[in-house]
Amino acid sequence: MAKIAILSYIKRNSLVHELTGTTKLIFFIAWSVASMVTYDTRVLVGMLLISVLVFKVSKIKIRDIRFVLGLAAVFLLMNNLFVYLFAPEYGVELYESRTVLFTIAGPYTITLQQLFYHLNMTMKVICVVPVALLFIACTDPSEFAASLASIGVSYRIGYSVSLALRYIPDVQREYHNISQAQQARGIDLSGKDKLFTRLKNSVAILLPLILSSLNRIETVSNAMELRGFGKKKKRTWYAKRQMKRNDWLTIGFVLTILVVDLVVTFWDGSRYFNPFL
Amino acid sequence: MKKLSVKSVVAIGIGAALFFVLGKISIPTPVPNTYISLQYAIQAVFATLFGPIAGLLIGFIGHTLIDATNYGPWWSWIIASALAGLVIGLVTLKLNINEGIDTKKIIHFNVAQIIAHLLSWGLVAPCLDILIYSEPIEKLFAQGLVAGISNMLTTGIVGSLLLVAYAKTVVKKGSLNKEN
Repeated sequence: MAKIAILSYIKRNSLVHELTGTTKLIFFIAWSVASMVTYDTRVLVGMLLISVLVFKVSKIKIRDIRFVLGLAAVFLLMNNLFVYLFAPEYGVELYESRTVLFTIAGPYTITLQQLFYHLNMTMKVICVVPVALLFIACTDPSEFAASLASIGVSYRIGYSVSLALRYIPDVQREYHNISQAQQARGIDLSGKDKLFTRLKNSVAILLPLILSSLNRIETVSNAMELRGFGKKKKRTWYAKRQMKRNDWLTIGFVLTILVVDLVVTFWDGSRYFNPFL
Repeated sequence: MKKLSVKSVVAIGIGAALFFVLGKISIPTPVPNTYISLQYAIQAVFATLFGPIAGLLIGFIGHTLIDATNYGPWWSWIIASALAGLVIGLVTLKLNINEGIDTKKIIHFNVAQIIAHLLSWGLVAPCLDILIYSEPIEKLFAQGLVAGISNMLTTGIVGSLLLVAYAKTVVKKGSLNKEN
């Protein structure tokens, strides 16, 4: 079966795996916020180094996540290319100086400032990648709902998330079965047909998928209702683990980073670190 | 806030799973590097059937999962996806598909999805991108325009066809006749 390669939980014994889901969720959120806020090269380099270090500690191998890295690389490349095509002088504007290295053609010159801007933009995305991948690869999905509830998200929403994780493989299998059955009847989604025909053909696959999903919703929600889901204000979780010393240390660490990030970034009143002035 | 019903909780979960699986499947278009995003058609249908909160959370959870298993979350677009579901759900709140469908309802659904995608990809996604990633405005609006139009077309065509087909499968009120 041609399964789509999807990153999922990889069980290993490592410091990162031992942390509770709550800690990893807080780390992940704080890290995303830190990287979104800053545009300061110094902070970004620091964050990048730390994220690579955390990746080393987790014992997840590069080959476990190779296909994901390929996707990320293509995405970054395209993004950089489009930014350059649309605004080749954007870095000059941002850093208020202009050092031309060489000219390609017409308005497309390569300036030091533009390159520096691309470097920062790319780092901003890259420094989240290892942490996001680790979050998925090192968190047991069954623990995830418990962690969401423990940071104050309503347990109903936590339950939705864990239902989604639980039913992704099922939905995927069903999609595959339906699409093979429809292909046997001559319905094609690949590039050989016209675009509108392809859209229309997709309905032939989606409709059975939706109808069976609606049936599933009916069955699952009846089962949950019979077991009294949502009666009480709180609920306990089978997969929940107690916070240990390392968890508090990790949370302390990431919050310190967030504070340092904010202070360094906004110390001089600007979000950008400008080495050109 | 009103509590989510058990059915909505399950619908959000399974809707997000559908959103994720369809987001991972790419159907090529003639334009290089752009794909038909069938997940938005499903999101629109679920938002119409289960309401705005379901639409919002399906977009948010589904899109976060897609991004997190790709290259880390791109929050501005995740928020835009969630917003699209919310707006479609809100505008179609009074649209009772279970009681049958007609041309007027299809137009209503399409107006809802066009407003939602315009708002999400034409305004919210680029503005958040400027705020967070500080990318050039020209690029972001061009990108948003392409994404918005393609999502609108997908949702408009596939979503409407799905709703019509779905409405036909529902047994309508008073569809039984007394035999004499």
